[in-house]
This record gives sequence, C-alpha cells and structure tokens, in this order.
Amino acid sequence: MCTGTLVHGNSSFTLLSEFKSMCAIAGILNIKADKPIDIPTLGRMVEVQRHRGPDETGMYVDDRIGLGHARLSIIDLSSGIQPIHNRDKTIWIVYNGEAFNYPELRKDLIRKGHSFYTETDTEVVLHLYEEEGISCLEKLNGQFAFAIWDLRKGQLFLARDRVGIHPLHYCLRKGQLLFASEIKGLFAHQDLEKAIDPEALDQIFTFWTTLPGKTFFKGVHEVPAGHYLLVKDGNVTLRKYWDHHFEPEAVGSDEEIVQKTLDLIQDAARIRLRADVPVGSYLSGGLDSSGLTALVRRHFTNHLHTFGIGFEEKTFDESRYQKELVEFLQVDHSALNATNAQICASFEKALWHCEKPLLRTAPVPLFLLSELVRKSGFKVVLTGEGADEVFGGYNIFREAKVRSFWAKEPASVSRPLLLRKLYPYIFGDNRLHGTAASFFGQGLTDLDDPFYSHRIRWKNTSRAKDFFSEEMRRGLRGYDCLEELRGVLPERFSEWDILSKAQYLETKLFMETYLLSSQGDRMAMANSVEVRPPYLDHRVVELAGRLPSHWKIRALKEKYILKKSFAKRLPDNIINRSKQPYRAPIRNTLMQYQDSRLKENLDQAALEKSGFFDAKKVAFLVKKMEKAPRVSETDEMAITGIFSTQIIAGQFTGSGRGEMSTPSPPDLFIDHRSKPSSEKRETR
Amino acid sequence: MDLVNPVRDFVIENFLFGESGDFSEDTSFIDSGIIDSTGILELVAFLEETYNLNVEDDELLPENFNSLSEISRFLKSKISEKPE
Repeated sequence: MCTGTLVHGNSSFTLLSEFKSMCAIAGILNIKADKPIDIPTLGRMVEVQRHRGPDETGMYVDDRIGLGHARLSIIDLSSGIQPIHNRDKTIWIVYNGEAFNYPELRKDLIRKGHSFYTETDTEVVLHLYEEEGISCLEKLNGQFAFAIWDLRKGQLFLARDRVGIHPLHYCLRKGQLLFASEIKGLFAHQDLEKAIDPEALDQIFTFWTTLPGKTFFKGVHEVPAGHYLLVKDGNVTLRKYWDHHFEPEAVGSDEEIVQKTLDLIQDAARIRLRADVPVGSYLSGGLDSSGLTALVRRHFTNHLHTFGIGFEEKTFDESRYQKELVEFLQVDHSALNATNAQICASFEKALWHCEKPLLRTAPVPLFLLSELVRKSGFKVVLTGEGADEVFGGYNIFREAKVRSFWAKEPASVSRPLLLRKLYPYIFGDNRLHGTAASFFGQGLTDLDDPFYSHRIRWKNTSRAKDFFSEEMRRGLRGYDCLEELRGVLPERFSEWDILSKAQYLETKLFMETYLLSSQGDRMAMANSVEVRPPYLDHRVVELAGRLPSHWKIRALKEKYILKKSFAKRLPDNIINRSKQPYRAPIRNTLMQYQDSRLKENLDQAALEKSGFFDAKKVAFLVKKMEKAPRVSETDEMAITGIFSTQIIAGQFTGSGRGEMSTPSPPDLFIDHRSKPSSEKRETR
Repeated sequence: MDLVNPVRDFVIENFLFGESGDFSEDTSFIDSGIIDSTGILELVAFLEETYNLNVEDDELLPENFNSLSEISRFLKSKISEKPE
C-alpha cells in the first residue's frame, strides 16, 4: 500500500502518502435535544483550531450530529479528506492522530473482506471499529483522539490513546454533547458558559496541573488517557480501557532483558518513522533522546535531522552535550538559543495553546523549538518523552527510595546524606545541610502514605495557594484535591512498592496532563508539528511495568536498564552524567514584563476584578521579585501561576482572544439531513 | 525595640507576603511551610546584613533558625560573643 519511498542518503523512510497526522476534530450531538445542528457554530469550532490542521476542512451533518475536521494535508489532497465513512455510509469518523500499526491492520481487514476507498489510517480505524466494535482500541498502537458516529446503533464513540498524547475535550449543554480537540473549539460555541473552576486552580497550585479528566474550566471535561466515551440512548458513559500496571515478573537474565528492551524501543521507533514526510528528532543532550537518536541513526537512516534547545542562562543550558552528540552521531542539527526576551515575548501565546495556567515557563522554549522545526521544513519529530516515567529517571523516585531507607533509622545522620547525590545544589551547600535534612525529613516514617513520594513536593507547591483571595477560598468550601486523587487511585495501588506508586503518580499527573499536553502536543501543534514519543509505545510501557523495580533504579542509579541498553551506543559521559531536569528561567524572563503586561495583570484593580488572588499579598510578591537578592523556587512558581491565571482568564473568559474570523465554507460538506433538503448532498 | 522585630517584619513581608495571621514567636518555619529548603539562605543573608554578623556553616542548624524565638536566642548569643 505504500505509495513511494523518500530516499535519504543510502537509507530510506517509508513514505505513506495517506498517513495524515495533524488534525483537529469537533462535533455537536443532540442527546436529548431535538433541534437542527448549528452548522455555522460547528464551522467556528473547527476554525478556531486551524493551527492543528490549516489546509482543509470537512463536515458531516445529519439530523442528530455534526462532525467537523481540520486537516493538514501533505501529499495527495484528493482522497484523505475527512469525515470518512464505511462502505454503506452508516459509520462516520473524524480522527486526529496515528495508528502506527495500520498497514498490518489493513491487510488483516482486507483478508476479512473489507475494502477501502482511501489509503488512510483513519479509514483503517473506522473499519476496525466496524469489525470489532469498541474493542478495536486494544489493537491500535498509536496516538489518537477520534469520534465515530454509528448510525446503525445511534451511538457516538469518542476515544483517546492509552497515555493521552492527543487531546479530546467535551461538555454537555442543553441536551447536547459538544466535543473538540482543544477547549477553544468548545468555547467557539457562542452560548457556552466560560468560567474558571476554583477546584481546578487548587489542583494546578498543588500538582502543577489538573487531575485526569478535569480542565481549568467549569463544565468542560477531558476524555482521560486510556478512556472512551459512549453516548447512546440518552446515556453518556465514560469507561477506562487501559491503565498503567506494575506487576513484577521473573523477566529473564540481564542480557535477555537488555535485548528485549532494545528490540521494543527500536521497533517502537521504526513504526513511528512511518510518515509522509521526513521525520526529525529532538535531541536534548540527555540519555533518552540521545539513545533514541542513536538507534534511529544506526538502524533506519544515515541522514537524520535533530533539534535542540540552548539557553541564554547557562544554568539551564545543555548545549555542550548536544554538540558532543551531534558530532558522535553524525546528525544535522538545528539549535535554538532561547533568550530570556524570547521566552517573555512568547509566554502569552504559549498559554493560549496550553489552555491552563503554568507554574513554570518550561513550555515556552518548546513552543519556540517547534517553530524552528516547522521553519526547517519538518512536521514530525520523535521525542524522548516518557522514558523518565517508564524507566525510573526522576529524582523524585530516588528521593522516595532514599527517604524510605532513611526511615528505617530516622536518627541516622549519614542516611540523609544520600540526598546529596540527588540535590547537590541543596546538600552540596554546607550552609543548607541541616535545614535541608529537616525539610526532607517531613513525614519520613509515614511509609503507608499513598503520596509518600510526592507529598513534600505538593506541600511546597501548595505554598502558592497562600495567595488565593478570601473569595477564592470561600469558593473552594474546604475542597481537598489530595482526597479527590486518593479516590481515583487504582484498586491495587496499595500493594505496589514505593517506586511503582511514585511512577504511577508521576505518570498520571505530571506526564499525562502536563508533559504530554503543556510541554508536548500543545506546544508542537501550535506550529503544526507533531511529536511522537516511542518510549510511550504501550508495548514498551507494559514491559517496564513487568520489570522489578531494581531494574529501573539500581542502588541510586536511575534508568538502570536503559543505561545498560545504550551502553555501547553512546559516549560514556552521556551514559553516566547526572540527569539535568529540563527547566527554563522564570524571574529573569517574566520580570521583563515589568513595565507592561505583568504590572497590568497583577495590579490591584486587575486582581480584584478577577477575584482569584489577594491583591495586597501579590504586591508583596511582585516587590520581592523586583528587589530581593534571591527568591525561592516557590516564589517563582507562585508568580508564574498567578500571572498565567490572569492571562488565561482574560484570553478565555474575558474579551482577550474571543474574536474570531468567520470560517470559510468547508472543503467537503456532507449533508445527510432529512430537512430542509430531502436530498443527500456531498459537495467539494 | 525587641531585637527580633526586624526579623519578624522581614519574614512577614518576604515569606508571608504581609499576612501575619497566626504567626507567632514559636511558629516552626519548616513545619508550617513558611520557608522551604533553600529559603533559609534568604533569611540568613538578611540576618548577616542587618545585625552585622557572620553565620558559620556549622551554626546553620534548624535549632537556630526554625522559629523567631530560636533566632532571637541565636542572635543574643552571637551578639554577646562579639568583641566590643
């Protein structure tokens, strides 16, 4: 089925001309309402998401539903336009994403008698649904969000990939269900209430992000990763079809495990190189992206283009490792040098795409990087995202391990010294040693606490809530986001060891709802670039879930199995270097707003108008940010959180970005309404 | 004026952002979350500058800096050590 081969040097990528990737979807379904689908509104819901699919739009409308789609077409404009239907036009799909294993699925479906009118993976997903129903999800290996309208059953089926790479939101209003890739798609509906949810703000000021399924806005929900939504006979049902599990097994000898891990990562990368255009790779200078790039370079192409971020502020910069790897791996490399002024200038634009407040500026350089990718002629990049969560790379995992070891002898002076290895910038400073030990000693012996690994971090972040106004506190009515989280933990969570529990929390919160969203899809799609993270292939994730914890962190060596797997493929200093968390400067970037936007949004009148924060306390914080010789990490998180909340409130619930151009007519319009026209129409 | 008053003002302005609330002489900075693991250095820099003294590394212990009353005790002992 492949329609060509794009040759690079003496190797090749498979060119799948109908493998459409970057898209937005939207829809309106009458659940209990009985009114005509508002086509101009559906048009606006698609139009506002055109950055995800700037080239052409399509629409299907019948008496009960309207489906909209925006597509970035790359090759062969003729047949891939959506919505796509089955043979007798009783099932329709709008789809954003990739089913990387679609060539294999397609062959199997053809053997079973299915025929196809396009070469797209979208049509394969549709036919797989026709063949297997909802359990089609179990066979898909990919990153996707889609809506399937089944006329035979009168059923809408909305689904999202296992780990939540592409977004999908919905809300219920006046007997209708609205859905869209991004929240701004829903808000294009003119009479939808646009109000901020105080509980969501409380969650963000604790976890850095909202809990799965929640959004920053009242009444707007996200289909959580690994879930689907069924709407049938007036009922709306949300169900989980996949989750992370940690069930250690006897997995074989060292050599066998290393080989199996490598084979799976390599295959995950191989199928993610299936693309209609050349695929680039992000290269941070750390183990994950370097190992991945090395595998791709060695096995699939001798001409690979990589992209990396450097920083004006050298504390954050990893350029020297990137340069070393570029030479070692012999790749073409484009580097972005993110200046403080650039980060400041793009902060608000990045927020418009994130759709939730940030406590960090780290997404902004990724927004700038995807701009560079796009300008360099690339639309798809592989990333090392997910390796830290899957293979145990974060300091918070090692911190939990050290603290649980220290908890066996709480009076020990030497045990807490192990934390030096994790946080040399705290424990390496002799002046901080005594107080730092007290800080990390909080709740030391509460080993049964389900949040043992994360409680200190969350408590630290929660200090930003001290800036909440009285009105905001009243609105929360004693809400406890940790209790809500406790209520959604998996049944067997309490049986897992400390590392597995920490991995689950980090994956479900930080990765799914922040990294893959605010630092992932949203920053890439803002510039019509798609990111593909091979470490999040479900086969890789499931293998790691079966590995005993000592294969992930051995003593205090993080990502032990991954380091062992890449040992002969990367320079020793890259393998052995301490993990440098990806971060971006805050004080020196945001304070560049000093004379304009920051003051404008954080002055007394603006804060009292929005009502979320205590204007007097914020004035003290701004003064501290301006004048104090040093500020703490929590001060920086607070100022970023307050500023970004104010900006997003203006963009989404005020008059900030509400304006929108009138959408042009769709390139494909399929009209299956019984009224006013009795004819079925398809126009292009 | 109480020796520790400037410290109280500094903590209220820079860590409590103007809201003194239940803050008292014995409130633990770490347990109550007023000061984080690195925030202690902000406090020490202020003490050194305001009271013209030098805090040695081995004096930087929670028992010297975890509350206003502990800081007060520490300051008194440091000042009494100072040569005239």
